[in-house]
Amino acid sequence: MSTKVNSAQIKGRVVRNKAFKSLFIAATSIALIFLALLIYRILSQGIDYLSIDFLRNYPAPYIEEAGIFAGLMGSIFLISITAPVSIILGVSTALYLEEYAKQNRFTRFIQVNVQNLAGVPSIVFGLLGLTFFVYILELGYSLIAGALTMSLLVLPVIVVASQEAIRSVPKELREASIGMGATKWQTIWRIVLPASIPGILTGSILALSRAIGETAPLIIVGAAAAIYTIPDSFFSKYTVMPIQIWSWTSRPQEEWQYVAAAGIIVLLIILLCMNAIAVWIRNKFQNRF
Amino acid sequence: MTTNTLSKHVFSIEDFNLWYGNDQAIHQINMEIPRNEITAVIGPSGCGKSTLLKTLNRMIETIPSVHTSGSIKYNNQEIFAKKQLVEELRTHVGMVFQKPNPFPKSIYENVAYGPKIHGIKKKKVLDEIVEKSLRGAAIWDEVKDRLNQNAYGLSGGQQQRICIARCLAIEPDVILMDEPTSALDPISTLKIEELIKELKNDYTIVIVTHNMQQAARISDKTAFMLNGELVEFSDTDQLFSNPKDKRTEDYITGRFG
Repeated sequence: MSTKVNSAQIKGRVVRNKAFKSLFIAATSIALIFLALLIYRILSQGIDYLSIDFLRNYPAPYIEEAGIFAGLMGSIFLISITAPVSIILGVSTALYLEEYAKQNRFTRFIQVNVQNLAGVPSIVFGLLGLTFFVYILELGYSLIAGALTMSLLVLPVIVVASQEAIRSVPKELREASIGMGATKWQTIWRIVLPASIPGILTGSILALSRAIGETAPLIIVGAAAAIYTIPDSFFSKYTVMPIQIWSWTSRPQEEWQYVAAAGIIVLLIILLCMNAIAVWIRNKFQNRF
Repeated sequence: MTTNTLSKHVFSIEDFNLWYGNDQAIHQINMEIPRNEITAVIGPSGCGKSTLLKTLNRMIETIPSVHTSGSIKYNNQEIFAKKQLVEELRTHVGMVFQKPNPFPKSIYENVAYGPKIHGIKKKKVLDEIVEKSLRGAAIWDEVKDRLNQNAYGLSGGQQQRICIARCLAIEPDVILMDEPTSALDPISTLKIEELIKELKNDYTIVIVTHNMQQAARISDKTAFMLNGELVEFSDTDQLFSNPKDKRTEDYITGRFG
């Protein structure tokens, strides 16, 4: 039997090549089309209701006076607590697992569980927060309880992203540093962290933008739906944008849907800004080894 | 560690064995490494030459499964002694690696790294150390106008000389080199070899190489290792012209390896 390639066989391969290319383009298009539809619908419904007053006003019973100020500030305050708590805990955990922990069964067990935690539904974290922060620590339905619950929610994602960033630092760089008499900590602080910070920050920002859009766990730990103050301490009542939007969509009059759409636009703009920062950081500190 | 008891030998290795888990990589090695000379260690891949080299500054301990027996003395001090801090040992015994591994920092920061981690903060002192080290590594003229540029922009040979300069900056006594030219082109290799010969005046150099010609060109003494054993250790001229052991002869004449 001849093993020589004939042109008919090559033709078949080329056709298959094209078929798969079209298939993948189609798959990508489906996602893009739905994204475009979503944005179009939201913009066409909400753009007329978007104004400076909408950003400045508290929720109100009248559509003309309703605003997202409480939700916006609540989200910002919440993230300002969640970000440092989750990044400090997450990066420390990742450093321990990657640099210090012995590679044994126990470490692998922790590893697998951290990855599993990243996939646990957010409502479960809400229940954990309710039990632990609200009741056991007696923090009540406060900003700090919500922020700590959110920190738990994003922690596994930050740990996994940081571990990958730390692991991608070549071991030759660590050897060079250790070989000059540097301690492990000096090596981590001066070599490993600077080289992995882009990856850590990118992962953390993406995880935090997920937290900004979360609703379920915060409803459980008692974020308010209608509130007329902004938080002035860790123990204040608070609300966040997604909850505000959710409460508008559940009102009977149709016009509130448009107010909700305006809220969604604000939320989307903030998410896009956060993602843009993540992309900017990644490009600016592009891997140099 | 005091250096007032300078013996003729920098390292005295006695009955040294090393295992990776259950696999013994080094068997019962005895050798003495002379001061201010170049000692080359040759042998086929997997013979334990790099392992032996990395033991001399205890870098091998970064691999968790490693355990050892026997003694290695550096200037008459046991390097495995409990009171011996590895960080201190490594400031006396510097290392240059197989692949050039500069940090993703400027040339200046690369060379100043060692002094900085050892607590030198004054800009003026650092400037002096950086210049002296770069001159010592014969690369000052090539980089003096671009000290603030990233070291990754240099060629492989230049990067390796930056790594040597970085090693000189901690003012070591011994420099361990683990196949320092194996990733470089012939011209860069030649430059590094010339540099190594110059460095001999001030430093003791132990170099692992899989290139026998290189060992013959630059070293004063050569050790031949095979399957974790030290087969022969003598003056380079003698080892290459008149090997005592049949296995050494077979290896250097290219019958295996």
